[in-house]
Amino acid sequence: MARSTFRPTAVIPLGDLAAYVEFARTLDLEINAFVQRLAVAVRGRKEPGIRDVVPALGGLALHFEPHFDGDPLQAASALVDRCIKDGLPPNAKVGGTVEVPVCYEQSFAPDLDDVARKTGLAAEEVVRRHAAGEYRVLMIGFAPGHAYMGGLDAKLAVPRRATPRPVVVHGSVAIANEQTVVYPYAISGGWNVIGRTPLTVFDAMRSPPSLFGPGDRVHFRPITPSEFATFPK
Amino acid sequence: MSLQVLRPGILMTVQDRGRHGHQHVGLCPGGAMDPVALALANALAGNTADEAALEITVLGPELACPRDMLVALCGAEFEANIPRNRPVLIEAGKRIAIGRATRGARAYLAVAGGIAVEPVLGSRSTYLPGRFGGFQGRALRRGDILPLQEEAEMLSRERFASLKQARNGTVRWSAPPLTLPDREPVLLHAIEGQHYAGFDSLSQRAFFDAVWRVAPESNRMGFRLLGAALARAESGEILSGPTCLGSVQVPANGAPIALMADHQTTGGYPRIAEIASADVPRLAQLAPGGRLHFARCSLDMAAELRKDTNARLEAALRGIAWGYGH
Repeated sequence: MARSTFRPTAVIPLGDLAAYVEFARTLDLEINAFVQRLAVAVRGRKEPGIRDVVPALGGLALHFEPHFDGDPLQAASALVDRCIKDGLPPNAKVGGTVEVPVCYEQSFAPDLDDVARKTGLAAEEVVRRHAAGEYRVLMIGFAPGHAYMGGLDAKLAVPRRATPRPVVVHGSVAIANEQTVVYPYAISGGWNVIGRTPLTVFDAMRSPPSLFGPGDRVHFRPITPSEFATFPK
Repeated sequence: MSLQVLRPGILMTVQDRGRHGHQHVGLCPGGAMDPVALALANALAGNTADEAALEITVLGPELACPRDMLVALCGAEFEANIPRNRPVLIEAGKRIAIGRATRGARAYLAVAGGIAVEPVLGSRSTYLPGRFGGFQGRALRRGDILPLQEEAEMLSRERFASLKQARNGTVRWSAPPLTLPDREPVLLHAIEGQHYAGFDSLSQRAFFDAVWRVAPESNRMGFRLLGAALARAESGEILSGPTCLGSVQVPANGAPIALMADHQTTGGYPRIAEIASADVPRLAQLAPGGRLHFARCSLDMAAELRKDTNARLEAALRGIAWGYGH
């Protein structure tokens, strides 16, 4: 049976105005799901001295207001303990669901053949398995809206490219190790690009700006090049 | 009301106190690199702390003022045709000309009523990597017309009229320059980061012993530091985790990066140190080539430094309020 609660392994200062409450040093999806529940509980308290609540792969970061007048480690610990004691929202109620249309066609998937070769699967099978998965947003970072999603088919786990591409086109859907991402901007990156979505991942003028939120469940739906071309933005 | 950019300087952007509360979707707070200097400039122009000002970097702009305008220039010392650290009433038709920085790297030019660009996600700050916020999400260029509040001229005259010891378009008192760098190398306090213990003992010592230089490829996202190559005793990747303003991370090449206002909110590089929040604005005042070293400090001491900085800023703001007759 899955454990319902975890204890922090460490509470680490991030500067003198933030603390990272760490639950794991290696990726554990069960612990991450717990961190997402904790993040919702902490955010829901609307503590006046806290301005950012950031769930990460293995723990939760709390950022305090500059006029905060206490010990950030003690304050973060106490708040996390109180939330756990009072009960966290159930996993099923944390995060929304997002469907991401993806065109896996060759011209959008520069690394698809490479992934097929490394995994010993046909390219069509790589696509089928990627699109069949149910993913969970584990952490958003690196760039605005850039979501690290867990739940990739273990057969598709390949390392990052040895040489990162100087520019990965925005909307690129990529995989590495046991995660998948969607590039929000044209940035350099080393993940294996196997498709592209016509959706805008992050738009500051949109509400909410980010396509993905912490703890969201994500599905990828294959679309054709002509659907991609005519997809409403 | 508007302000016309005749010459933009090297990098001039609109900045305020930043956009907070979005780090969970990967958006950094951004905002002024030296928020202390921004706060002083706003107060001197009679603004609230939330208004946006112009962040000027290393080489300043030339601006045309079509109407009477109350301004204040704070932060780094720049060659300029207006006095620094005090309110200045610019007469209609005159220009503000700011040249090179002579000490420090960043100054803030506040205008009565603030720079009136539309807020994005609760802030007027320019976020260059995302190309949004501020003036069309970019650095200012020649010919740009910066929007000001409609009543900026009236505000400017009223505020100037209320100032004590006003004379020849300015006042005889000034605000203290709280973040100007001391003689180089500048001393910055830092606490040991999450992965400090994972660095080899030579690197641990080198971090606090070396005199570091700000590399040319430094920007609002991060300052790359040159001085010693830092290596970890343990191998293997670390789990990506959250970062913070002032985190010092060390990529595989061993040259540390101090995370600045537009930093990434998570990172996969080990963090050797965390710069005390009170000292980050002083780091922001170093230009490429500027020298610094780190002094080890405890979390308690970093908190004391922060309270001390806050107290000195509060005292300066009280002094400015006195100048306004409050």
